[in-house]
Amino acid sequence: MVAMIRIEGLSKSYGEVAVLRNCSLEVARGEVVVICGPSGSGKSTFVKCINGIEPIQAGRVVIDGDDLPSKPAAAARIRSRVGMVFQHFELYPHLTVMENVCLAQIHVLKRSRAEAEDKARSLLERVGLVDKEAAYPGQLSGGQQQRIAIVRALAMDPLAMLFDEPTSALDPEMIGEVLAVMLELAREGMTMVVVTHEMGFAKAAADRVVFMDRGEIVEVAETRRFFAEPSSERARLFLSRILAH
Amino acid sequence: MTGFDFSVIPNAVPFLLQGLGLSLGLTAVAMAGGMALGLIIAIARLSRFRYLAMAAALYVNGFRAVPLILVIFWFYFLVPLLLGRPVGALYSVLIAFVMFEGAYYSEIIRAGLKSVRPGQWQAAKASGMTYLQTIRLVVLPQALRKMAPLMVTQGVVLFQDTSLVYVVSLHDFMTSASIVANTQNRIVELYVFAALVYFALCTAGGALAQRLNRDRHHAH
Repeated sequence: MVAMIRIEGLSKSYGEVAVLRNCSLEVARGEVVVICGPSGSGKSTFVKCINGIEPIQAGRVVIDGDDLPSKPAAAARIRSRVGMVFQHFELYPHLTVMENVCLAQIHVLKRSRAEAEDKARSLLERVGLVDKEAAYPGQLSGGQQQRIAIVRALAMDPLAMLFDEPTSALDPEMIGEVLAVMLELAREGMTMVVVTHEMGFAKAAADRVVFMDRGEIVEVAETRRFFAEPSSERARLFLSRILAH
Repeated sequence: MTGFDFSVIPNAVPFLLQGLGLSLGLTAVAMAGGMALGLIIAIARLSRFRYLAMAAALYVNGFRAVPLILVIFWFYFLVPLLLGRPVGALYSVLIAFVMFEGAYYSEIIRAGLKSVRPGQWQAAKASGMTYLQTIRLVVLPQALRKMAPLMVTQGVVLFQDTSLVYVVSLHDFMTSASIVANTQNRIVELYVFAALVYFALCTAGGALAQRLNRDRHHAH
């Protein structure tokens, strides 16, 4: 079986500082993988390397059998098939919700405006925000913005979705509505890589958990086993801290 | 000279208007051309191709290191040499102003592009947009709001600088006023009038810049 995402020997450094060391991971079609670890462990950088937003220095990334190429145009084509959701939403503030969701559909996938808007409406409906299509991001709550950011990524019919701490910039009462959308996606069989501190989400949705520390993948384990008996000392320490609250 | 006689001004209005037309026209062309050129230079300067970025930096620093009057002279003599035929003072001045203003506008645009936070560039890139699509559809529209006040302010400075074209014998507003002042021997009247016109136009420009600045703060 071909892995949807295969990362081999990924390394990256900023000048002298190594942020990722020889990281390898395979994510199967339909699999949900949660990446956790202490802050500064390289989780965000790792997930941004998967779709090439962050350039890598060594190793390779293969998406659905295609090497992520170094040529910008070819890389852009593959990137458009991998959705990305950011910590700070990154909706375009000068565009309405509808325009946000349609922009890349029209300019990257070359869909007609009508086609793009139909797609946008059906997805907005699913997250309960179809009445917000004419609003600007600044008029919406963080939870609404993040749900729209998810819709914007889904509108591209992605092969896989990457989430970079999607709930850590949200007020506590809004975390649930975003996680609910993500859980539903996971149940529908979307391939997902999620960097998060929400261990509840990991337990509910993840097939496997990746534990990172100091730029290395320390442990990859099936979810139940990871929480019951992590094999590495560092993961055990991390879990005892994060679950103590 | 006994007393002041401002009646000289109404008679000179057609001539002065011609001069004002040149000043305003030159400002408009130099702003439009300068912004277009400035955008290209700014993108070149932010490019990851090092030599392109260096060439753009050299251009900007070069033009900003010499006085405009020198650039005007330079193009007046240089452009005909390069083209192998005379082009007239007006065209050489237009080219000089566009090239010169391009250097200044590129700095405004570069600062504007860089002021858009990295996450916006990343979001556009992640959705498969090319670098130029990212700039055109996502970054530049946001940057323009921030840049608009500075661009207008630069336009006001530019309008004042059009008076320098007297060195190649073109009649801008200031030069026209000067000619009337000397031929009619009404120096105080004409220079007071010229000052008032500059004051009115530049104050209006300043007010526009302020207003754009206010709108920008309201927008978010």
